[in-house]
Amino acid sequence: MSNFVVSGTPHVRSKESIQSIMRDVIIALIPATAVGIYYFGIPALITIVVSIVSSVFFEWLYQKAMKKPVTVSDLSAVVTGLLLAMNMPASSPIWMPIVGSAFAIIFAKQLFGGLGQNFINPALAGRAFLVASYPTEMTTWTAPVGFSGADAVAVATPLASLKTGVMPDATLLDVFIGNVGGCIGETCAIALIIGGIYLIAKHVISWKIPVIYIATVFILTAAIGRKGLRVPVYELFTGGLMLGAFFMATDYASSPVTPKGQVIFAIGCGLITTLIRIFGGYPEGVSYSILIMNLAVPLIERFTEPKIFGALPKVKEAKKA
Amino acid sequence: MQALTFKRGVHPPDGKALSAEKPIQVILPKENSELFYPMSQHIGAPCEPLVAVGDHVKVGQKIAESPAFMSSPIFASVSGEVVDIRPMLVPGGATVKSIVVKNDGKMEEIEGLNQGRDYTTMSNEEILAAIKDAGVVGLGGAGFPTHVKLNPPKDTPIDHILINAAECEPYLTCDYRLMVEEPERIVKGLQIMLKLHPGAKGVIGIEMNKPKAIESMTKACEGIDNISVQPLVTKFPQGSEKHLIYAITKREVKSGALPASAGCIVDNVDTVVAIERAICKGRPLMRRIVTVSGNGIKNPGNYKIRIGMTLRDLIDAIGGFNEENPPVKLIAGGPMMGPTLYTLDVASVKTTSGLLCFTKEEAYIPEERNCIRCGKCVDHCPMGLMPFMLNALSLKGDGEGFVKHHGLDCIECGSCSFECPAKRQLAQSIRATKKIEAGKKAAAAAAARAKAEAEAKAKAEKN
Repeated sequence: MSNFVVSGTPHVRSKESIQSIMRDVIIALIPATAVGIYYFGIPALITIVVSIVSSVFFEWLYQKAMKKPVTVSDLSAVVTGLLLAMNMPASSPIWMPIVGSAFAIIFAKQLFGGLGQNFINPALAGRAFLVASYPTEMTTWTAPVGFSGADAVAVATPLASLKTGVMPDATLLDVFIGNVGGCIGETCAIALIIGGIYLIAKHVISWKIPVIYIATVFILTAAIGRKGLRVPVYELFTGGLMLGAFFMATDYASSPVTPKGQVIFAIGCGLITTLIRIFGGYPEGVSYSILIMNLAVPLIERFTEPKIFGALPKVKEAKKA
Repeated sequence: MQALTFKRGVHPPDGKALSAEKPIQVILPKENSELFYPMSQHIGAPCEPLVAVGDHVKVGQKIAESPAFMSSPIFASVSGEVVDIRPMLVPGGATVKSIVVKNDGKMEEIEGLNQGRDYTTMSNEEILAAIKDAGVVGLGGAGFPTHVKLNPPKDTPIDHILINAAECEPYLTCDYRLMVEEPERIVKGLQIMLKLHPGAKGVIGIEMNKPKAIESMTKACEGIDNISVQPLVTKFPQGSEKHLIYAITKREVKSGALPASAGCIVDNVDTVVAIERAICKGRPLMRRIVTVSGNGIKNPGNYKIRIGMTLRDLIDAIGGFNEENPPVKLIAGGPMMGPTLYTLDVASVKTTSGLLCFTKEEAYIPEERNCIRCGKCVDHCPMGLMPFMLNALSLKGDGEGFVKHHGLDCIECGSCSFECPAKRQLAQSIRATKKIEAGKKAAAAAAARAKAEAEAKAKAEKN
């Protein structure tokens, strides 16, 4: 009797795994996370830690309760928790990241089948849930006082000023390096761009979605302008555009797989973001634009299937007699 | 010269260092060992034995053939007695009726062997007949009868004869060794093929990771106008027929069509050498080069074996398994597309290009996880398919959707599974569904044909 292993081809596999991809995403988020903590101090650190720990906990709890294999070691829940925290104000009460994580992990991710099966981005779903449920807490922004010990006074975000037609006090450099009010992880454009370039260089994400998304916002903002203000470069670095374009819109499960589909998806995100920013009720439209486009993904994929190698010319189906 | 290639594809670790610099070594079957000659070692009609139990056969004797055009005869590669005709396992996993010859160790040759001819004085019909009569089939793996391939329908003129020397499968080095050691025979074989298609040019496509082979072949081609060497980018599956044609001619073989429809004939290096032997040396196909590699054996290398030897005899002849780290997985062919074997008691056949003995570490099978829709399978599929979707459709049992999304165009190269970070068995599930759906399609076509025939008959009777 032999005991040789019999298995399907191929017998060699790449080294890459879900875990290594998630680890790369976490590495790419380190600069923005560090800057967020630097600007917003201890409250930011607490929000991040609580969000990550509770995300992992809810994933574990759900999988245990449902008697499914526990997969928290793939680090995907860590990414969700971290991204959720990045999308919250530093001044959030401690229970908020817990509630947000529960919604993100259990409702947006696990109930639809877990990793890869969620049709919307879990972190953004968690954020949307919090914005709808606790609008005051979710839109109270504090000044970036860091660890200086100064009271974290409430401030308006640059986008909120722009909305009222007033050029914010923050300079272009301030919004570029993140020295403004806003969510923990969204303010420092340069840190997010560095992280994004890392992900593109490591082939974790394609350049298509972030570059086209940002370019669309730039072109539309320049073309439409708002109430006498036309500062498209400045607008690119404000709000959650960089975080959204590099880290949220590129979520595998909720963005198109097809190359052409990614282009359409990115243009759609840019269009809706700009429309909400300029004409909508909210000052910022990144998270809703991505969530809306997430819903369109199955449709987009259906119409953008790649052309196969050696495709036969399309034959028009003869009309049934 | 600019290296050419196709779109997408993958870069598996190549593992060729184990055997690349080991010169081809001749392995003769031991006296009294049994050799097995399966009746089907090619695509097409199986052969029927020409000998009976108790007959004495000699080296080079035709022992089985079929009257069908799409078939290829089989020759004894040793002398000895036919001791049995019974089913035997072949590397693909099937059990095939086989002639069993007990080697008397004398290597007595049949009369008329070794009567080489000058191909320039032969007519095309004579050349094709000689190739058919020598049992030459595609030795790269598919086993397509070479005389059929070289004789395409008249309405498809051939302007390229491509020698597939990409050898893109990791670990395999048998074609590489042939190019380094016997380049002039490859060139001669190609010239014979070009005689059949005088309007065509011969191109030898070699991956850039074999600079010595490129050098040796280029030298052998010097002064021959209609033959050239074309470097190719090292990328899997560069040696896929369709992708080799695309790389060199930029033509896409249409879905379901044969290479001839794109004006090309593609043959593997060892096949071309077999043509040269058949015509110039007057020896039918009785031997082939096999790479035996992997860390599970003592002496990885390239071996010229007599077709019909069992793999167990082959392993014994080259020093056996590595006792300190014995293999746990045996692969017939390369690690990307070769099927696994559950035993060494398997007959080597015309298409056996490799035997890999993988140790526990090499054979590690990672656990399958959820598809995360990263799209890497789509980015790398050389056929432009969406493997993750075909996998989902396969698991759902949705054959109709599978066919609609071009599942039948899959070439089973395994690039998707190789890249998949969730370690899903994409190629495996797609191959299984392909088999089911291709069977259904063939059955439907047969039914339609039968119906049409019956209708025509009924109509004829009416009149």
